[in-house]
Amino acid sequence: MTAIVEAVAHALIAIGAVVLGVFGSIGRLAGFAVVALRRMVTPPFYPLRLAEQMLVIGWFSLPVVGLTALFTGSALAQQIFIGGSRFNAASTVPAVTVIGIVRELGPVLGGLMVAGRVASAMAAEIGTMRVTEQIDALATLRTDPFRYLVAPRLLAAVLTLPLLVLVSNALGVMGGWLLATFRLGFNSSAYLATTVRYLKADDIVSSLVKAAVFGFIIALMGCFHGYYSQGGAAGVGRATTNAVVSAFILILLSNLVITVVVFGS
Amino acid sequence: MNPRISLAGVAKRFGARTVLRDVSLEVAAGESLVIIGGSGTGKSVMLKSILGLLRIDGGDILIDGASVRGLRGGALARHQARFGMLFQGGALFDSLPVWANVAFAVPGRSADRRAAAIDNLARVGLGAEVADLRPAELSGGMQKRVALARAIAVRPAILFFDEPTTGLDPIMADIINSLIRRLVSEDEITAITITHDMTSARKIADRVAMLYQGEIIWQGPVAAIDRSGNPFVDQFVAGRAEGPIAMAVRRA
Ligand SMILES: Nc1ncnc2c1ncn2[C@@H]1O[C@H](COP(=O)(O)OP(=O)(O)OP(=O)(O)O)[C@@H](O)[C@H]1O
Ligand SMILES: [Mg+2]
Repeated sequence: MTAIVEAVAHALIAIGAVVLGVFGSIGRLAGFAVVALRRMVTPPFYPLRLAEQMLVIGWFSLPVVGLTALFTGSALAQQIFIGGSRFNAASTVPAVTVIGIVRELGPVLGGLMVAGRVASAMAAEIGTMRVTEQIDALATLRTDPFRYLVAPRLLAAVLTLPLLVLVSNALGVMGGWLLATFRLGFNSSAYLATTVRYLKADDIVSSLVKAAVFGFIIALMGCFHGYYSQGGAAGVGRATTNAVVSAFILILLSNLVITVVVFGS
Repeated sequence: MNPRISLAGVAKRFGARTVLRDVSLEVAAGESLVIIGGSGTGKSVMLKSILGLLRIDGGDILIDGASVRGLRGGALARHQARFGMLFQGGALFDSLPVWANVAFAVPGRSADRRAAAIDNLARVGLGAEVADLRPAELSGGMQKRVALARAIAVRPAILFFDEPTTGLDPIMADIINSLIRRLVSEDEITAITITHDMTSARKIADRVAMLYQGEIIWQGPVAAIDRSGNPFVDQFVAGRAEGPIAMAVRRA
């Protein structure tokens, strides 16, 4: 009897520890985000660091994000054509492609690709700075690590992701159009006219909102995991992995929430 | 008058491991204190606690009578701005060239900052030719000296040196010792230096304190170090394997 009670108690303690751990991490993350946001809007600012990060996040992500959108747009058009043909609705290809790309695949795939590129790099760089005491050194050199390292990355990601996703959307639609005109026999100008007719301002707003949120998530995960990494090279490796995995999950989760709750009606 | 730095019963734990148990220590303004003690006894942890980079679990740390405990945000930043710190591992910013590292906290225009950097590099025996190299392109001893130049570049009121001469040849070590001594004597800087090098300790120190098992077990003027009457200090100063400081090393 006592053995059972003890076993149950141990199980409860173990569950409790996990729950406390999760809430502890969420609390720490929330605290990190609040401090980062507050320092982002108060001087000193580091415009050079911001420009550097915008270049790293925006410009250097263009090829990978652009190719992703182009390929996916083409594949999407083909799939919609096959699906649409089954109930004589193959003509919906341009409208469904543009909505699918702009509302969903452009921002989500763009966000995931940038997360893979950028969240990992941020976690690795900041994590290395942490374990080699460079972050401690910043503090003794009259520089706030949040303002110098975290704020420019957050701001740069929130500003550049929407621009990146605009390009991504355009290339995605172009991919669909290329495939539809060269392979599926659509009329080029009719395809484009339909695309424009069915695209609503709401679609673009949704796309940009998602992009900005994803940008915030990417930079937050990269900086957070890097900032709290410990234990040498292995610790930095773990931080990098955690940054990418958590950014992926949070992007997909927030995408669902934004899609259903904010733009679902 | 308040001592510049005062530690009273400072305790610091990492998880279940107690590193500092009860450290009490005072450093007067313009004084040079050298901390000696075995590897892993918490010397670096002590300096980081004073800087507010680590939060202590017990006791209090006062700078000019003002407590460091519980400082955060802007107050913590103002506290930290009074210090220069040479980290044990250098902690140079590897993404920046040497000169930008040295001039990191120096305000002003780029050209003036660069000139200030070259001036400070010269003080640690490095020429202008290293200014545009990256830290990774320097030898270990050169990195240490660049880090030292960075720590002193803004002439902070309090300087901490964590093993400034480790990895330097004896001549260069002596140059660095003289530099630290000059900073204290002429610029009236308050300094705490950690070193394992007794030659260096004798040259830099006004006073010496020994940390052992989380406590300061002896402190006194540098001249008294050879007649401390403390067997732990004697063993450390003489560098003997036999003595009261038991080394957990398996004999071959
Ligand atoms: N961030 C940390 N997390 C956990 N333990 C730590 C941390 N920093 C230091 N320690 C532990 O505290 C102890 C003291 O470390 P510290 O770096 O202060 O030693 P030290 O006296 O400077 O030694 P050395 O002369 O070798 O530099 C060590 O046993 C170390 O394992
Ligand atoms: Mg040390």
